[in-house]
Amino acid sequence: MSNSAIDVPSRGGFSFDLCRRNDMLAKKGVNLPSFRKTGTTIVGLIFQDGVILGADTRATEGPIVCDKNCEKIHYMAPNIYCCGAGTAADTEAVTDMVSSQLQLHRYHTGRESRVVTALTLLKKHLFNYQGYVQAALVLGGVDCTGPHLHTIYPHGSTDTLPFATMGSGSLAAMAMFESKYKEGLTKDEGIQLVVDAICSGIFNDLGSGSNVDVCVITKGHKEYLRNHLLPNPRTFVNAKGYSFPKKTEVLLTKITPLRERVEVVEGGDAMEE
Amino acid sequence: MESIQAKQGLVGPNDPIQRTQLPYVTGTSVVALKYKDGILMAADMGGSYGSTIRYKSVERIKPIGKHSLLGASGEISDFQELLRNLDELILYDNMWDDGNSLGPKELHSYLTRVMYNRRNKFDPLWNSLVLGGVKNGQKYLGMVSMIGVNFEDSHVATGFGNHLARPILRDEWHENLSYEDGVKLLEKCMRVLLYRDRSAVNKLQIAKITEEGTTISQPYALKTFWGFTAFQNPTAGAEGSW
Repeated sequence: MSNSAIDVPSRGGFSFDLCRRNDMLAKKGVNLPSFRKTGTTIVGLIFQDGVILGADTRATEGPIVCDKNCEKIHYMAPNIYCCGAGTAADTEAVTDMVSSQLQLHRYHTGRESRVVTALTLLKKHLFNYQGYVQAALVLGGVDCTGPHLHTIYPHGSTDTLPFATMGSGSLAAMAMFESKYKEGLTKDEGIQLVVDAICSGIFNDLGSGSNVDVCVITKGHKEYLRNHLLPNPRTFVNAKGYSFPKKTEVLLTKITPLRERVEVVEGGDAMEE
Repeated sequence: MESIQAKQGLVGPNDPIQRTQLPYVTGTSVVALKYKDGILMAADMGGSYGSTIRYKSVERIKPIGKHSLLGASGEISDFQELLRNLDELILYDNMWDDGNSLGPKELHSYLTRVMYNRRNKFDPLWNSLVLGGVKNGQKYLGMVSMIGVNFEDSHVATGFGNHLARPILRDEWHENLSYEDGVKLLEKCMRVLLYRDRSAVNKLQIAKITEEGTTISQPYALKTFWGFTAFQNPTAGAEGSW
């Protein structure tokens, strides 16, 4: 056994040792399992009072749909939400991490979080990992400086846009946006346009499907409309329903509620520090 | 055709195989749809040389015979070769002088065979073709790709048009579009392509074919809008960011 006398503290960043092992295994014919990706359509647009985010709900593992109704609009702060496309684990982890960093920051400063804070934290993390954290995000929110909408790419670059789409269905959704977007949309027009764009992704892109989630963020108020539209109902449902085959006959049904076996003493010994 | 076989005969048995391996001067998407009286087809006039837009007056839609329009994206030289082939075909057909002429269905079938056979010889014509026409009141619109995939539909697009224009057409196309509505719909698609396809140029032609005949419009440019407030000062609220 080799003696690594002193453990050198890790320099941070991604450790590529296992990549060498993976290459060796791949040469021997053992392939990696495919990633669970959210092959996706996610969109965001700025309307007159704030930001509307939209997403489809299909998660794929290669050619198979592994989750028909997943949530792609992640909570970052009470006034900031983030849609994620790419590897599902990466989008979940990175948005969770930045969300908790934002909360700590809120406690520290005593103020509402700003969208650019979330943007900078995400951008720093993704650039640090040089694109290996495959998360493509649409970040939107309303803070004291107004409504903001940003896209963040896996390598860490960002854009600030009036309307944005990401994911495999982004071209289909962008076609809808480019032809129908105008400034000063009302809330209903905005929601309709977002729904149109996501439906365009759902029906024209193979990596997107199932239902439409929408999130409307305005000053001081947010509406998370989970499954706002269900355009893909099950076409054939068995009218008989399920009936499990009867194997064991039930002779007697008696229910005895459990009694408390431990007595709880109010105002007992205080815990030691 | 005899001319191609003669050319191939000049290649000796020990010479390396010559084939189209990479496209050089390429055209971008073509979009077409059926409307009330016939077919409308639109294509811009750009010929890109890699990432440069080298030629800005390439006519990528041509009338073939009396009844059809052919639009092509991909390698321009292969398109010109095809046009020469089709010219010979139409000529021979006219020489029969039997009152019958090749319609869009026949041309589509011919093009499919040509493309598929070239692909089987590992020497493809690097094009995606859109063939539209009207004969005896019957409208026909079809597409052939460089590997010989062919199909017929009410609206087709090549290249980027598949991703950007088809969703719009699937949403907004309906039977019996009037000429003005058809042109508006095509212009909507071409505008999105102009915004989002890097090899698009703002100079396009719209071609119309009906029972009466073919018209290819003069080249013109689409109006674009770049004045969104978010573009004016994108980093307001985050000085120094981008």
